[in-house]
Amino acid sequence: MPVAVSIKQLHKQFGDLTALNGIDLEINEGEIFGLLGPNGAGKSTLISIMAGLCRADSGQVTIMGRDVVKQATASRRMLGVVPQELLFDPFFKVREVLEIQAGYFGVDQKNRAWIDELLESLGLADKANSNMRALSGGMKRRVLIAQALVHKPRVLVLDEPTAGVDVDLRQSLWSFVERLHNDGTTVLLTTHYLEEAEALCERIGIMNHGELVALDSRAGLMKRYSHYQLKLRLKGATESLPSVVGEALQRREADSIWLQVADDDQHLDAILTALKLADIQILSLHTHEQTLEDLFLELTAGKAA
Amino acid sequence: MNLRGCWILFRKEVRRFTVVAMQTLLAPVISALLYLVIFSHVMADRVTMYDDLSYSSFLVPGLIMMSIIQNSFGNTSSSLVFSKVTGSITFVLLGPLSHFEFFIAFVAAAMLRALLVALAIFVAADLYIGVTVAQPIYVLVFGLLAAATLATVGFLAGVWADKFDHAATFQNFVIMPLSFLSGVFYSIHSLPDLWQTISRFNPLFYMIDGFRYGFFGQSDVAPGLSVVVMCGALAILGIIALMMLRSGYKLRT
Repeated sequence: MPVAVSIKQLHKQFGDLTALNGIDLEINEGEIFGLLGPNGAGKSTLISIMAGLCRADSGQVTIMGRDVVKQATASRRMLGVVPQELLFDPFFKVREVLEIQAGYFGVDQKNRAWIDELLESLGLADKANSNMRALSGGMKRRVLIAQALVHKPRVLVLDEPTAGVDVDLRQSLWSFVERLHNDGTTVLLTTHYLEEAEALCERIGIMNHGELVALDSRAGLMKRYSHYQLKLRLKGATESLPSVVGEALQRREADSIWLQVADDDQHLDAILTALKLADIQILSLHTHEQTLEDLFLELTAGKAA
Repeated sequence: MNLRGCWILFRKEVRRFTVVAMQTLLAPVISALLYLVIFSHVMADRVTMYDDLSYSSFLVPGLIMMSIIQNSFGNTSSSLVFSKVTGSITFVLLGPLSHFEFFIAFVAAAMLRALLVALAIFVAADLYIGVTVAQPIYVLVFGLLAAATLATVGFLAGVWADKFDHAATFQNFVIMPLSFLSGVFYSIHSLPDLWQTISRFNPLFYMIDGFRYGFFGQSDVAPGLSVVVMCGALAILGIIALMMLRSGYKLRT
């Protein structure tokens, strides 16, 4: 599959802080890629370098084959970025903002139909002649998305687009992203909402402390790191358990034990057999499957800034 | 070349100052006219310049040039600082504009503001005391060169400044004193020798002196020298600005 975004050995240092430490990543054309990570993991720095807003110390980034440093203007034509902060220019109205942004990309008046479509699709049609200052936070977020799309970029970067927006807007943004995806746009999404990544993204990368600590398809990631917790309520004390249980034992309570078992682990059968042979009766059994959130916390536990 | 991108950025910058025209166009015109009314009233009968030139007439080109200097500087510096502080500069930086296109659009918009202010003062002064122009081409050349040079200085200050206070410091402690000490209100021949020598190191002096030559055909130094000094200053400052943009200084961290 053709590569839309290629990132090779990317390093960035801010004083003593290592923001990016040798990131290697490829995002395929047409996919929705989710980039997760705690605050300070380096996601926004990575996006800034892709957009040419920040210079890497070393490494290379290309957008649709264009180097972001050596072919800066060409690579920017391929990219639309929705920044995390609610940035706006208070001098202008919504339609003016979009026309100006289109103009930077050399797009002429013929673009008016596309601007109308964006206004309509993002629920901004009745705000087209409102000044940016008069818009609510959610509306400003929609304008940011429209600005990023006004030149029909091949790659769209959404840096936490649903942070602080209401459920309605979140749902409509998700639909809009899916529509873009169906039209062939490559989407890079960073988010703190893990259900968002689970719902939208085909592949997911997890960053922590400037490094990519996990990278796989959504299903592959869950499978690779997947295990579930098993709570067994036992009849009688839980002090003396067969030794085979020990490896999986996570927590012990008065009448229950918590085990962590891999998805395809043959160990479970041995545990249950050992308990039966030891004449320990299982009164009840509860399972808790690992979610992306559990995985995220596990991979970034104790390391978040 | 992304000519349309450059044109749109220029238009956006023009729109930015026309939206607040009371502050950016009318206020500097009123200030300059107040200077003219007060100084011409107080000094008219006491001082003549260049043999038989009235002080009021002498003052007009100086005031126009001072307005060009302050408004061209103020437009680029304030626009850049505002965009940086609000973060809206990001939208321009995300666009496929080259360093040169980015620079030209900001400088050209600042020049337009300065020249609109200058034209308004000229017209008002002509109505008030009558203004004669001996060498229109020099008026135009010095007006354009001064606006371009100070717009470039404002551009440098705007890129450098992290907050409004930085730009205001530059304006109040560098531009304002240099413009007042450059011969806006006097000819440097009226100064002691030491101050005459010091004035010749003030690049703004050449702007005002050359501009005045355009009005009266007389100046403190040869207008050719002033053109050379200004072209040199503009070229050096322009190269520094483009180098700053190329390096990403304070804009692309």
